[in-house]
Amino acid sequence: MSQTRTPIVTLSGVQKFYGDYHALRGITAEIGRGEFFSLLGPSGCGKTTLLRAIAGFEDISDGQILLDGKDMEGVPPNRRPTNMVFQSYAIFPHMSVAENVGFGLRKSAMSTAEKRAAVGQALEMVGLGKFGARAAHALSGGQRQRVALARALILKPKVLLLDEPLSALDKKMREVMQVELIKLQREVGITFVLVTHDQEEALVMSDRIAVMFEGEIAQLADPETLYRRPNSRRVAEFIGMMNFLPARVTDPAGARVQVDVQGLGPAELDPAQCPGGAKAGGAEIGVRPESLTLLYDGQTAEAGREASGTVREVVYYGDMTYYDVLLDGTPAPVRVSMRNMPGRKVLEFGARARLAWDPRAMVLFG
Amino acid sequence: MRLNALSLFAVLYLLVLYAPIVLLPMFAFNSGTVIAFPLQGVTLDWFAALLNTPALHEATVNSLIIAISTAIFATILGLFAARAATRYGFPGKGGMVGFIMLPLVLPEVIVAISLLIVLMQLGLESGTWSIIAGHTLICTPFAIAILQGSFSNMDKSLEEAAIDLGETPWSTFRLITLPLVSPGIIASLLICFTISLDEFIIAFFLSGNEPTLPVYLWGQLRFPARLPVVMALGTILVVLSVILLIIAETFRRRGLKRAGLKDTGGFL
Repeated sequence: MSQTRTPIVTLSGVQKFYGDYHALRGITAEIGRGEFFSLLGPSGCGKTTLLRAIAGFEDISDGQILLDGKDMEGVPPNRRPTNMVFQSYAIFPHMSVAENVGFGLRKSAMSTAEKRAAVGQALEMVGLGKFGARAAHALSGGQRQRVALARALILKPKVLLLDEPLSALDKKMREVMQVELIKLQREVGITFVLVTHDQEEALVMSDRIAVMFEGEIAQLADPETLYRRPNSRRVAEFIGMMNFLPARVTDPAGARVQVDVQGLGPAELDPAQCPGGAKAGGAEIGVRPESLTLLYDGQTAEAGREASGTVREVVYYGDMTYYDVLLDGTPAPVRVSMRNMPGRKVLEFGARARLAWDPRAMVLFG
Repeated sequence: MRLNALSLFAVLYLLVLYAPIVLLPMFAFNSGTVIAFPLQGVTLDWFAALLNTPALHEATVNSLIIAISTAIFATILGLFAARAATRYGFPGKGGMVGFIMLPLVLPEVIVAISLLIVLMQLGLESGTWSIIAGHTLICTPFAIAILQGSFSNMDKSLEEAAIDLGETPWSTFRLITLPLVSPGIIASLLICFTISLDEFIIAFFLSGNEPTLPVYLWGQLRFPARLPVVMALGTILVVLSVILLIIAETFRRRGLKRAGLKDTGGFL
């Protein structure tokens, strides 16, 4: 659906060098109007550099950045239609909360009363209605985060840039703010571009995610595609957990790709499950832990897609249990996750286990 | 027992350090004209005599002009250097900062002699302005040291946030940077003022016929009868210096508090 929207940000062939260091290696992407877009990657992958380049804090060495169709070459940050929420929040410590939020309105033509109303509205929006007079340094982490959001959104930017905005918060607060950010974005309809190294955060919040490694976009897709059909082993490993099983492609040319998976058996794959294409010979099959299912007494797998092995590790999480199961005839165990439910016994270390598998949940890597 | 020996050492150390200074007010209020024990009576005559010495007033005015100018120049230079050193990376930065900070450890007499030679070579009269130049040279490192602390305590993204919200680099400096480093600026002004006011060697070499307060004081030492007056003046200078340093330190700590930071052991 995002393809049908006209892009608000267009990146074409964006390059950035720091001396000899090649930080951005030709980034090309379009960010749709009103989209919640994430740049996800490990530290040093260039995601923050790219965000700062969009904001205008970094000059780019080559390529082009268009914001709402206008080339941003040479346009300083104060004249770009973007606002940023900084990782440290950058709340001005010598000002009150209201002064912080109203800072961007200093040069606007609004009357003092209008400005005050706008500040009140912005604070209300982030749930800090009564905090206007509070000194900025007397705020908690979550409150600072909200002030930074209100301060950036009061100018109604075309794009809101968020640099790891949740990384300074504890786990509980982070989860609360994730949901709040989604709600807020839906409410204001402004394009959000989020930088994060937390894959779960990106999956939860984004319409689309660009996974970046070493200054390049490895895959740009919606969260579900990214999770179900990672286009490389590296993306697969970065997003969630995935088992990799040695396999042999027996027929790559047919309408269905024929694969023989070690420990599981022969499988038929759709060409869409082979992001790098299929070649006859050795390959790897990726399968998520939740796509392997333990079979209990009396249960059988569909079409004989069943394998057996020994439990080598049991990790109990309350709602879930993770097992490492060494399938017969394979060198390394696979991870299996099972939701804990009444009637589902938690298996013990060393127990024999039967697994059901589904070829539709597999991805082939060359 | 070991603790007691160490405490004794500490007490003796402080005594040796400060006892001579305590002598200053003792004799300043002593009615005897000879600087010797036993003390005679208490008098304010010597302080009154200060008021009736026009040469002293001229020296005081000279010193104040020099100290105020030095404080302003050194702090402005320090502001630029400290911001550059904490915000930007550029080739040769380490060496450059090192050279700027060098006068901190350079013997003042060397600085004084070389300045005098330069002045003589250029055929220029030494005077108030040349002392200001010399004092600015030795005070700038102090200003940088203080201001660098203020700048490095300040989150870089504060300035970026202001620019991001539509301010120009200049208005950002005025609205964000300056208020946040202002305690450092005040501390720097006060410390540079104090250093310049007390400085003797450079002032002695370069003062020509316009002595500063310390140079005037030194000149008075030749006249034994003037000694109690010198003591009185010395007492005023000590008290003034201590007050200024306390104010400077107070501002530095207030700055930390305002930025919500822990004190990491300041300049003093």
